[in-house]
Amino acid sequence: MHISPVLWQFLVKWLNASALFPREASTIAPYADALYFFLLLITVVGLSVVGALIFGFAIRYRKEKHPVAVQVEGSTLLEATWTIIPLALFLICFVWGALLYFRIYNPPTNAMNIYVVGKQWMWKAEHQGGQHEINALHVPVGRPVQLTMISQDVFHSFSVPDFRIKREVIPGRYSTVWFQATTPGTYHLFCTQYCGTNHSQMIGEVTAMTPDDFQKWLQASTSGMSLAQNGERLFASMGCNACHTGTAGSRGPNLAGVYGSKLQLTNGSEVLVNDAYLRDAILNPSEHVTAGYSPIMPTYQGQVSEDGLIDLVEYIKGLNSNYRIQQTLVTSQSDQTAPTTPAGVKP
Amino acid sequence: MIVDTHPHTHETAHAEEHAHVALPQHRHHFETQEQQREAGTFGMWLFLLTEIMFFGGLFFSYLLYRNWYYDAFVVASNQLSVPLGGANTAILITSGFCMALGVWAAEVRKKGLLVLTLILTMLFGIAFIGVKADEYHEKWEKHHIPGDHFDVSEFVNPHAYGLKEEPLPPDQAAHTQIFFSLYFAMTGLHALHMIIGLGILVWLTIRAQRGDFTAGYVAPIENFALYWHFVDIVWLFLFPLLYLINRHPV
Amino acid sequence: MSATSSTIVNLPDQKTARLPKRSYLNNEDGLLSWLLTGDHKRIAIMYLISITFFFFIGGAFAGLIRLELLTPQPDLVASDTYNKFFSMHGIIMVFLFLVPSVPATLGNFLIPIMIGAKDLAFPKVNLLSWYLYWLGGLFTLAALVLGGVDTGWTFTTPLSTHYLNTHVVTAAVGIFIIGFSSIFTGLNFIVTIHRMRAPGMTWFRMPLFIWSNYAASLLMVLGTPVLAITLVLVALERTIGIGVFDPTKGGDPLLFQHLFWFYSHPAVYIMILPGMGVISEVISTFSRKRVFGYTAVAFSSVAIALFGFFVWAHHMFIMGVSNYSALVFSLLTMLVAVPSAIKIFNWAFTLQKGSITFETPMLYAFGFMGLFTIGGMTGVFLGALGMDIHLTETYFIVAHFHFVMVGGMLMAFLSGIHFWWPKMTGRMYPESLSKLAAVTTFIGFNLTFLPQFILGYLGMPRRYHAYPPEFQVLNVLSTAGATVLGVGYMLPLLYLGWSLRYGAIAGNNPWQATGLEWQIQSPPLTENFIEVPIVDHEAYDYEWLAHKTEQEVTTVG
Repeated sequence: MHISPVLWQFLVKWLNASALFPREASTIAPYADALYFFLLLITVVGLSVVGALIFGFAIRYRKEKHPVAVQVEGSTLLEATWTIIPLALFLICFVWGALLYFRIYNPPTNAMNIYVVGKQWMWKAEHQGGQHEINALHVPVGRPVQLTMISQDVFHSFSVPDFRIKREVIPGRYSTVWFQATTPGTYHLFCTQYCGTNHSQMIGEVTAMTPDDFQKWLQASTSGMSLAQNGERLFASMGCNACHTGTAGSRGPNLAGVYGSKLQLTNGSEVLVNDAYLRDAILNPSEHVTAGYSPIMPTYQGQVSEDGLIDLVEYIKGLNSNYRIQQTLVTSQSDQTAPTTPAGVKP
Repeated sequence: MIVDTHPHTHETAHAEEHAHVALPQHRHHFETQEQQREAGTFGMWLFLLTEIMFFGGLFFSYLLYRNWYYDAFVVASNQLSVPLGGANTAILITSGFCMALGVWAAEVRKKGLLVLTLILTMLFGIAFIGVKADEYHEKWEKHHIPGDHFDVSEFVNPHAYGLKEEPLPPDQAAHTQIFFSLYFAMTGLHALHMIIGLGILVWLTIRAQRGDFTAGYVAPIENFALYWHFVDIVWLFLFPLLYLINRHPV
Repeated sequence: MSATSSTIVNLPDQKTARLPKRSYLNNEDGLLSWLLTGDHKRIAIMYLISITFFFFIGGAFAGLIRLELLTPQPDLVASDTYNKFFSMHGIIMVFLFLVPSVPATLGNFLIPIMIGAKDLAFPKVNLLSWYLYWLGGLFTLAALVLGGVDTGWTFTTPLSTHYLNTHVVTAAVGIFIIGFSSIFTGLNFIVTIHRMRAPGMTWFRMPLFIWSNYAASLLMVLGTPVLAITLVLVALERTIGIGVFDPTKGGDPLLFQHLFWFYSHPAVYIMILPGMGVISEVISTFSRKRVFGYTAVAFSSVAIALFGFFVWAHHMFIMGVSNYSALVFSLLTMLVAVPSAIKIFNWAFTLQKGSITFETPMLYAFGFMGLFTIGGMTGVFLGALGMDIHLTETYFIVAHFHFVMVGGMLMAFLSGIHFWWPKMTGRMYPESLSKLAAVTTFIGFNLTFLPQFILGYLGMPRRYHAYPPEFQVLNVLSTAGATVLGVGYMLPLLYLGWSLRYGAIAGNNPWQATGLEWQIQSPPLTENFIEVPIVDHEAYDYEWLAHKTEQEVTTVG
């Protein structure tokens, strides 16, 4: 902003104290507020101009003072003026808004990842270290946090007004939003997409803590297993390790280091392996077959929950070598192949 | 004044026994017969435009899902019978031809020919519905109607059913249900429009027999023909899109 | 009427004035003559009664919502009941009130007369529209009586298809039928305007009311069918389980959003454009001047309709549309705002060098201009992508659309009703009481909805039954305003009803307005004109009017 930071902080604190304005608790909040004040300014100016015209003309040309109207056809100059000026102002809003949008929805690369699953009518947050929270989210200040979110049922929307962020949480695909908290404190978390009976009870608190406090909290809340560890357990118990062994000639492609890479698929297309791709590949494997492999992977639709998928995705994301996979192969009881496609299966 | 229940019969309802200007069917709020006729035709074209938008939503959905689930759509589409669909296409085109003949007959004031062509149009239309009913029945038997009883086994294991297709993995097979949802929605909506058209045809035939349309007042026949041709054209799009996805000589 | 009086109202001598012996109201007697009529004016009156009925039902729900929101706790009704309140409020107000409001009442009544025709092109289709309105309305009432529907007026899937067991299909069928009522009205208007103008009535001599309704009719005809098919798909998904919108079957819930908003965005322009048409007429009459920039205003109406088709995804900015998509729709949203701005300025400059009086229709028109400006500008807030992220799905949206729909459209509707009341009924409404009602409405409206902008920025979500206690003060202000607003809306119901019996006789042209409708008797004859008018003057031609009045005075003599 081009206003002195001191003045800005004073303005915002005063507004917030009046209970008419939310706190600015994230790095993006001041940018959002700046755009808001600009929009407010042009609205007030616009309204004043229109109001002045109406009141001015109404008083000056009221019937008592101006009994005979003068017929005026129009004025191309005026038309051009009040076409171009509003258009220019709106285009400024467009550009500014677009820049802000890309800032909010494009996370920096060093963002720490937290998963959020929304369901009727609660929020489940899952930290990478395995800490699970219900209707709450603890985050450190001063670090970018990315939320990868999905719904288990209907549309929800994850909103933290004090951070000025919000994103729809959709069934069937991941959506993401990021923020960086600036001030320790507790902030409202709302579900803002109508989702049924207890929509207004689907609320919680986002607690921003200093990095030290956050570390302490992480250690105190851990369930013992990180998401990736849980994912490893699932990977073995669901038989993924039987095909994705990481050895040469294995039935399934090597998953070590696959995250973030570009894959060639059998249908010729090239995809970037991200969270959404991994989830889709587990649920609809036959549409995501890596080139050089047969479409024999069974679907796990209906066999793994969104939480389980998050665990698996986390696991694969962190997979650098196949050592532990091969270890689990040795230790699992049987050497069964992955379940074959049963004949005459009813979905 | 009787209110008609079908929206596109407003022209037919214009036939009032008003001893008036040129024709008995001239409505008093129109200055000339010409204006009435033009307004009626314009109205029917506008109505057809709304029908395009109505079907448009389904066509858009079809485009989207065919793009996403092409393989499933191919396999599901191959379940439809090209001979039956082709026969229906021929039937409908013939029906349209009869209707066009009917318009001509009305304009040259040949009552007998008009009645004949209207009846033929109807018969072909009924034949179309009959074939469609047969196709739907077959889908019912094979559990290919979307919903709780939808069965993908034929797609997952075609060889067991004597088909020469490649088997689809189960997750893709599930998407055939989307194809059939759209198949039933689109052909069902089309069939509904045909049935409504057939109802109107009965009414028009009765009135044609009375001579209502061979004394210079042809607007209802003309405008209905527009509607009937529109229904025909919709089928001409539905047939290749639904029946002919990636067909090869087997 | 002296040159220095502050009103332009010119009534006939009340001692000797009588309503015309024969008019469309007494031409035929009996209930059936109304229920089976083809007369566009009678159909308009029947619509007026119908939409007023539904307005008060929808308004009652609004009252209940605001009552619940007086306190932060969910203590008045159960959550499911509250969800039904706002759903029914939205469904009734949008589909049973706002969409038909001006077109079906004022449009039906005035369009043929304004262009010099005897009726609309398809009178029977017009009557059918009214019956479809009631059939759809009955389905909606049935859904209400059977227990209500709680999908929100937006029927978001998969909530509406798989997660609710209320009467969704009944409500969907009702709206489907009402949609066709709307389509046939629009179709009728388009054909009428194209084909039935009197000799000399060229496109650019038509009143701007016609242009606005024409543009709205284009939207009705092209947009509503898409809503219809969307509702059919929702109903099919609920009843037989097709999975077009169901992610577990491979369907896409976002497809529903695209299809739904493809209609529902143009729908808001269907709702506002006819109101803008009213404002053009009213501002002109009470300034005694032609509308400034007639061509610009006419083309702006059509531009709004056209651009209105290409902005629907601005309701989906945070739902995962691609970045490019978001950019395109945001840009187009900014573009669609411009014609509205052009209109506001043209109306404002119509006042310049006019001779202005402040009868009730003009007061409502001024209210419209101020409140629509606020509503429209807050739309720009929402069209700016990054700002929309914070503001969407909050009370900011609720405030925005109530400003344009209620502060804008409803005020325009009331302006029109008051303006054309003498023409439709032959009687004047009581001016002082109506001014009071207008001011009350304006104050009540602002008190109700301005706090909601603040609530929205604070983050209070919409459709919330309960809320954090720090939002209470603003909610109490809003409810207080709603009470005042309710009074403001009850008053016209009472005094307009009163005026039917006791109002002053209006005569042909109490406002001394131009326009063909003011040159015939009040109430009009069934056939509108005794002879087909030949039009040889522009719209809003006050010189022609003065000349004509002089001639009448000298010839009657």
